[in-house]
Amino acid sequence: MKTPFISAVRAIVSKDLRAEWRSRELVSAMSLFALLSVLVFSFALELDKSAREEAISGVLWVSLIFASLLGFNRSLSLEHDQGSLDALLLAPVSRAAIFVGKLLGNCLFTLLVALVLLPLMTALYGVYLLDSWALLTTVVGIFGFSAIGTLLATLVVQTRSREALLPIALLPVCLPFLLTAVRATKGIIGGAPQSEWQVWLQLLAAITVIYLVLCLLLYRFVLEE
Amino acid sequence: MTQRGIDPPTTASPQPRLLRALTLLTALGFAGTLVLGLFVAGTDIQQGQVQRIFYIHMPSFFGAFTAFGATVLGGLLYLWRGNADWDRIAQAGVEVGLAFALINLLTGAIWARPIWNTWWTWDPRLTSAAVMCLTYAAYLMLRAGIENRQRRRSLMSVYGIFAFVSVLLTLFIIRIVPDTIHPVIIGASPQNAQGTFEATSGVVLALLPSLILWLTLMPITLMWHRYRLALRQEAVDALKLELLGG
Repeated sequence: MKTPFISAVRAIVSKDLRAEWRSRELVSAMSLFALLSVLVFSFALELDKSAREEAISGVLWVSLIFASLLGFNRSLSLEHDQGSLDALLLAPVSRAAIFVGKLLGNCLFTLLVALVLLPLMTALYGVYLLDSWALLTTVVGIFGFSAIGTLLATLVVQTRSREALLPIALLPVCLPFLLTAVRATKGIIGGAPQSEWQVWLQLLAAITVIYLVLCLLLYRFVLEE
Repeated sequence: MTQRGIDPPTTASPQPRLLRALTLLTALGFAGTLVLGLFVAGTDIQQGQVQRIFYIHMPSFFGAFTAFGATVLGGLLYLWRGNADWDRIAQAGVEVGLAFALINLLTGAIWARPIWNTWWTWDPRLTSAAVMCLTYAAYLMLRAGIENRQRRRSLMSVYGIFAFVSVLLTLFIIRIVPDTIHPVIIGASPQNAQGTFEATSGVVLALLPSLILWLTLMPITLMWHRYRLALRQEAVDALKLELLGG
């Protein structure tokens, strides 16, 4: 008999959260990395007042994606190395439940990073990133690229050079998220009329749904038999 | 299956007659479209001779489209049916498509040098075309990194399906992001397009045969050859393994 979908998902998510709560390694490393990358960008691009408005949403999203790469890699390589993925496969749960469970965990960790990053960038650069539409864009965008990130991390963990390959595999495929999310965030924080950036948010949501469906359908082929 | 338990054939089968015919037809067709583009079509009034590169530039993108499309189809069919041939076709699609996409980038750069006065500019469409090449380069790197043959096939089928997003992005990006200077031939060019030209009957006469050739014969013939090469490679690998294993 199969474990019901919801309880399987809940079990996987709570396992990941508990492991993270006990070690507190991943989210702190991801947040620190995101902060560092924001700082590096502001030095490298010399983000003064005029350059800021243009570049800030790009810096935000690239930092979030870079930080999430750390999370995806770790979340799946831990499962792989300690044999818990094999155990999950033996357990009577659907493959989609494993995917959704890992996805929610990864998504939650990246959201925590965003929670640190958004107020801090608001304070550092004097742009208002805590607008409810900006938050919605952040949540949708993170959920979207966490979906494809979780799938590709599961794929990459089975290759020879592993961690090194995830950025190469993920960055080109998550470009549609980057493109739409950056444009939407830029419009929102720049105070543009809603009609101007709304289409980007809609596109972002549409891409997220498409990727999610594809991932749900294809995830079982990525898992080891 | 042969007696030794090796799935690919260990002896090379001769080229099928259809493949030979296709190869000949493709070569002749390519020569024919070159003649049409270089000599028959008139010289563009504004751009001069360099406009002729367009008869390769745009068709090569559509050739890549066919090849990458074959990768998606091969991937889906492999996941559904589990026949390794579909994966070999998918791999052939990536390699042929990548070559075409590079031709597309290169010819575009050669055209842009006199028309836009630069080899390269960070235009949305140019950027997405470059990302498309990188995506499929990533495919080849990933593929080389997976040792188990069975795993490699299903994993790469999945990646090949996702990689196609970059192709669609390149096709549609000038509809989504209008601030491009890349000319559009089908439909109205964006306002700030630089170096666009009229699709007059002379242009269409040279373009259409070339487009059809690159869309169909060119990728199919090359992919077929690449597929046969994959079979031989696997046969060699299997022989090696057998010799090493004693």
